[in-house]
Amino acid sequence: MGEVVNNGGAFRTWLNKRLPVDQFVADQLTGYYAPKNFNVWYFFGSLALLVFVMQIVTGIFVTMHYKPGEATAFNSVEYLMREVPYGWLLRYLHSTGASAFFVVVYLHMTRALLYGSYKAPRELLWVIGMLIYFALMAEAFMGYVLPWGNMSFWGAQVIINIFNTIPGIGPDLVEWIRGDYAVADSTLNRFFSLHVIAMPFLLALLIMLHLVALRQVGSSNPDGIEIKDKLGPDGKPLDGIPFHPYYTLKDIVGVGLFLTLFAIVVFFAPTFGGLFLEKPNFEPANPMSTPEDIAPTWYFTPYYAILRAIPDQRLGALAFALSVLAFVFLPWLDRAKNKSIRYRGLASKVLLGMFFVVFLMLMWLGLQPAEPTYVLLARICIPLYFAFFLLLPFVSKADGNGPVPDRVTYHAH
Amino acid sequence: MRTNYIPVVGALALLLGAGTAFPAEHEAGWERRAENEVANLPSLQRGARNFMQYCSGCHSLKYVRYSRIGSDLKISDKALAELLVRPGDKPTDYIKASMPAGDAQDWFGKQPPDLSLVARSRGPDWIFNFLTTFYADPASRQTGVNNLMLPGTAMPHILASVQGVQTAVFKDVETKGADGSPTTTKEFEKFEPGVAGSLTSAQYDEFARDIVNFLQYAGDPSQLERQGLGIWVVLFLLMFTGIAYLLKKEYWKDVR
Repeated sequence: MGEVVNNGGAFRTWLNKRLPVDQFVADQLTGYYAPKNFNVWYFFGSLALLVFVMQIVTGIFVTMHYKPGEATAFNSVEYLMREVPYGWLLRYLHSTGASAFFVVVYLHMTRALLYGSYKAPRELLWVIGMLIYFALMAEAFMGYVLPWGNMSFWGAQVIINIFNTIPGIGPDLVEWIRGDYAVADSTLNRFFSLHVIAMPFLLALLIMLHLVALRQVGSSNPDGIEIKDKLGPDGKPLDGIPFHPYYTLKDIVGVGLFLTLFAIVVFFAPTFGGLFLEKPNFEPANPMSTPEDIAPTWYFTPYYAILRAIPDQRLGALAFALSVLAFVFLPWLDRAKNKSIRYRGLASKVLLGMFFVVFLMLMWLGLQPAEPTYVLLARICIPLYFAFFLLLPFVSKADGNGPVPDRVTYHAH
Repeated sequence: MRTNYIPVVGALALLLGAGTAFPAEHEAGWERRAENEVANLPSLQRGARNFMQYCSGCHSLKYVRYSRIGSDLKISDKALAELLVRPGDKPTDYIKASMPAGDAQDWFGKQPPDLSLVARSRGPDWIFNFLTTFYADPASRQTGVNNLMLPGTAMPHILASVQGVQTAVFKDVETKGADGSPTTTKEFEKFEPGVAGSLTSAQYDEFARDIVNFLQYAGDPSQLERQGLGIWVVLFLLMFTGIAYLLKKEYWKDVR
């Protein structure tokens, strides 16, 4: 618990008697000690929060102009792009924000994999994080349907039909999700409702829980050792520094760098070569004309490549679901004593490196047309993808137990 | 902040590279790049004129107003009214096709598509290749012409008076089918001049490029303003980041 320093005037005293503002700052910011050896990988948590807020704010304004409905959705987006002052900026901020969200979330997850951030006592922190990731996928998918372009329509068709493969209840479930016998007006309207109300609420709740859990166990660090184990005479961690001002200021530098890159995309390459806004989505939804290649946006393509490469639909859907869910079990699959990859053996490094390569490879393959060569490559990647999760318990147990330093590695700048 | 940023920079570079490298497009050898520049105002103005003269009879630009073109392409109200606005339309109207929809259906078998977003859904190169690869094909097409980019297109060669009608030379290519049996397919080899038009081949490329350029503008009118504004935003953010970094450095001096 942080100490409250109140040198304010009468109003501050009045306020704090009624609302624990100073107490909150003392507990969560100035009195929260974080390891001093964070590197760049530790920017992405605060950046994810920033993007979430940006999506909410731009979303509020985009919603003011967007009109859900088969007949109105596409036109209202073009109206926003062309007739509303700076409407194009709102739309590009929101559409680029969706991709940026996944960029920072994937990098945030990569950090956790590199430094074993998911390991005890942070298992629940990781699981809540994964729930955020799943909610984000649902939110992004439904958001992509809203402009009602041809890829929105056909993408929705493909993704919703995955549920068809669930034995017994599949067909009824799909009809219940769509609210119609086909992807139609009712589907679009319920996706709008879920996209602007249900999922943002759920995300906000989960993000809050993620932060509460983080404050409970404290941040890990690139060395993967607990700073709480080495306290100074004042009871503070020797290798810890107050979150504010040190990390608030450092994170602002990260925010500046991130926003610069973000602005470059928004202003100079908002469709990002068809990766953030796909070409077929500039044609209105047309149930009579299927786009040449149906590809979801890039952040879903690793899983989509897996789904598509397996000839049996039901097995494909199962592998698809498993490939997403497997991450949840990492805290229990990883049986190393040490957390960080820095203090694990070569086998662990090779295994994790292979997984990153395979994940990026699948991401690329999912963007390619369903041609034999690409499908074959995906079929080679799939066993390697799952091999990571299956081999991790043994590899981590075998070579993740070497000596770790007593104190964190830090060189003053 | 030592060696650990290398993977981050790598990942970002990969992502940035992905923007240009990822979308797989299968280009035939004869396809050309449009090489249009959306910042070229005279080209956009010529393109607008060409579009209204040759395309807008059948194709609408239903999301674009005449007046918006006027203000974006720096065309005076007088010139706009004289050269672009169709008689009977107001400058604030959206650009509709002159031809009634029912007639189009009867004549071409399908409704000519709206072209507001064609540069975004097909891309400028596609339009450029479509406009430049019409060739005489009286044997198989009712319109007398066919197109390399969109074989079997319902569109007649509306620009024949300008480009003329070229003939295409195909060669037979032997390929092995999936079952190993040899099949013969026709592969495009080259164009040969046929009926001449009012423009030379190079002039016609410019003419088509202007239309492509105009359609690219029409696909996202914000792009003219966007890039100019973007430079200032990025400069501001770089300055902000620099100051934030100096402030961070000052505070972090205490951390040993």
